[in-house]
Amino acid sequence: MSEHDTLTPQQILRKKAQGEPIGPGEKAHSHRHIIAVLLENSIGALNRVINLFSARGFNLESVTVGETDETSVSRMTIVTTGEDRIIAQVSRQLNRLVDVLEVEDLTSEEYVERELCLLKVSYTSDNRVELLDTLKIFNGKVVDITTDTMTFELAGPTKKINAFIGMMNRYGIEEIARSGRVAMKRALLFGD
Amino acid sequence: MSGAEIFLRSLDAEGVEVVFGHPGGAVIKIYDEMARIKPNFKHVLVRHEQGGAHAAEGYAKATGKVGTVLVTSGPGATNTVTGIADAYMDSVPIVVFTGQVPTQLIGNDAFQECDTIGITRSITKHSYLVRDVRDLASAVKKAYHIARTGRPGPVVVDLPKDVLLAETEFEYPKEVNLRGYRFKDKGDEAKIQRAAAMIAEAEKPLFYVGGGAVNSNGADVLTRIARKARIPVTTTLHGLGAFPENDELSVGMLGMHGTWYANMAVQNADLLIAVGARFDDRVTGKLESWAPHAKIIHIDIDPSSISKNVYVDCAIVGDVLDALTRLEPLVEPCNTGEWLEQVQAWKEECPLMYDHEDGRLRAQYVLERLRRHTKGEAIVVTDVGQHQMWAAQYFQFLHARTHITSGGLGTMGFCFPAAMGAAFGMPDKTVVSVSGDGGFIMNAQELCVAAAHGLPIKVVIINNNFLGMVRQWQELFHEERFSHTDLSDTNPDFVKLAEAHHCVGLRAETPDQVDEVIRKAWAVTDRPAVMEFRVIKEEMVFPMVPAGASTNEMITKRLTPDAFV
Repeated sequence: MSEHDTLTPQQILRKKAQGEPIGPGEKAHSHRHIIAVLLENSIGALNRVINLFSARGFNLESVTVGETDETSVSRMTIVTTGEDRIIAQVSRQLNRLVDVLEVEDLTSEEYVERELCLLKVSYTSDNRVELLDTLKIFNGKVVDITTDTMTFELAGPTKKINAFIGMMNRYGIEEIARSGRVAMKRALLFGD
Repeated sequence: MSGAEIFLRSLDAEGVEVVFGHPGGAVIKIYDEMARIKPNFKHVLVRHEQGGAHAAEGYAKATGKVGTVLVTSGPGATNTVTGIADAYMDSVPIVVFTGQVPTQLIGNDAFQECDTIGITRSITKHSYLVRDVRDLASAVKKAYHIARTGRPGPVVVDLPKDVLLAETEFEYPKEVNLRGYRFKDKGDEAKIQRAAAMIAEAEKPLFYVGGGAVNSNGADVLTRIARKARIPVTTTLHGLGAFPENDELSVGMLGMHGTWYANMAVQNADLLIAVGARFDDRVTGKLESWAPHAKIIHIDIDPSSISKNVYVDCAIVGDVLDALTRLEPLVEPCNTGEWLEQVQAWKEECPLMYDHEDGRLRAQYVLERLRRHTKGEAIVVTDVGQHQMWAAQYFQFLHARTHITSGGLGTMGFCFPAAMGAAFGMPDKTVVSVSGDGGFIMNAQELCVAAAHGLPIKVVIINNNFLGMVRQWQELFHEERFSHTDLSDTNPDFVKLAEAHHCVGLRAETPDQVDEVIRKAWAVTDRPAVMEFRVIKEEMVFPMVPAGASTNEMITKRLTPDAFV
């Protein structure tokens, strides 16, 4: 007899509501989440937010922070992967922090995301044109050049950045700096 | 006006009655101004900062007001960490003021420097590092506001020395403006109506009451609702006293060392009404099999507690007192006759009991005699371990705020300083401190503080010359390897220890000496009376749900070791 057979209707209802696996073949729902947090631009506020994730053993794939139109308010964009139920719980705990003004899990909404990447690559006279052609396809810019290296600037969704880096790999990448994602909910949903 | 004086005047403006503190270099200016301006509050010089933090907790839990601690930088601050963590776990409102090295030296490894804000970040509700004397008064105001409101908790305010020396005008803010700090006082009306409907439909309802009911002063209305609707009540460790345990609807405490009948009621209930409780692992045991038939209503002020461990069918986020007050008129007497008969049958089938025919002294007997002597009117403060569970089982609590203990963190050494704090807060009440021999030693230094202030605390030491709860686990689950739990070679003479700390010391070794010792202790009115009860070491706390086991696997009586082979 599997465990499933012994569960009461109430236990099955609870598991479903919490997104927990019920049958032996099922797994807990785990996804990548992009969480936007508005918080006071004050000492330690950032630490408290990060602490909540690290205390639960979440690896943060990227974190970005910057001022908003109001200098006393910062906006963080956190990208992490984990069980939906636990992420929802961490979001509630974030809301409880005194310095946190607003928390939004963007992955449950329509959103736009962008990442900025600076990439330094070595070039020769043989592959220079090819490199610049590729850059053009990706809508990137050259921001620095020496006799044997070029530095590119590229902005876009993370997938596009990843694809560009994939293309650059064979030329000999000297250095990469990625900003991590910033994201925002879409204002209007067309065709909804 | 100096920052130090502004600090003292802010505490007065906040209406602080007692400060538990210890001076040091970084806060010397505060102590200097204290001698000069003589603030309205009483300063109690504790002998260890950890004792100060627990004293503030005891004061807060007994009175419902915010406890205050004042310590110096570095070790002064780190010594309060255990107390802060304890207050965080048990939602106790305290504000801890820590000295700090001058702002220009912060981060330079200065003498007695530590990153107090960093160290305490994950165990505080909030914290402030005051970098400008002009922000000092408002930081104090905010700290008390945050500690007191919503789900209560500890707040740390770090005070660099140069800020305390700097001068500015003093004006205590009238209002607090914290745009990010929101808590929901009022639960949704629709949810309250839904809860009332669920209660009306239930055939086997059960109240599951936690510390939040006590914190919000919701005990009286809870008692009225339970009696009106004829719903039995079980409480958590921190819920003890929220519902009178001598009422026939009470099934006592639930969980790992709760009564068998409370746990049976949970396992068979079709509706649990959780009031200010958080579904802790010591309550639920193996989560999956806990309360398998019950729909759950959860009333709690903290939205992050909702569905944290167990999915809740109806969540009322808001103040418990407010929610219950609005629920009361909607609740009708339930048709629970059969259910109550079943609960009563369970009570008779397996009541709390212990052996007492061999004439040897046991903790349960001592606690029963104390119960008869205090008649539920004393404030009972306990430590952590076997005595704590026996006190929870045998004391029979009748009123809210008469049971104080370290629940979430489980801090040995909590008891006596917390009892001292309670005695400062409630001078008209008898305060009984009940600890084991292991835990008592951990903050025994505060005895002389209580003696100096003439506090007639009744100090009970249940001495089995063992770390009893660990011993119990070793006996039950670790093949009786009593590794480092025998204290018989290292325990002091507790009577002499009491006398050396200017207290009265008494001892009982047999059951017939117990009443006499209690009588003598209660006759002492000007200092603590320490009663050492030498009990047998073999006694174990039952019933017991082994850690991680399902509540159905409760051990109800002492098993021979063979049962575990």
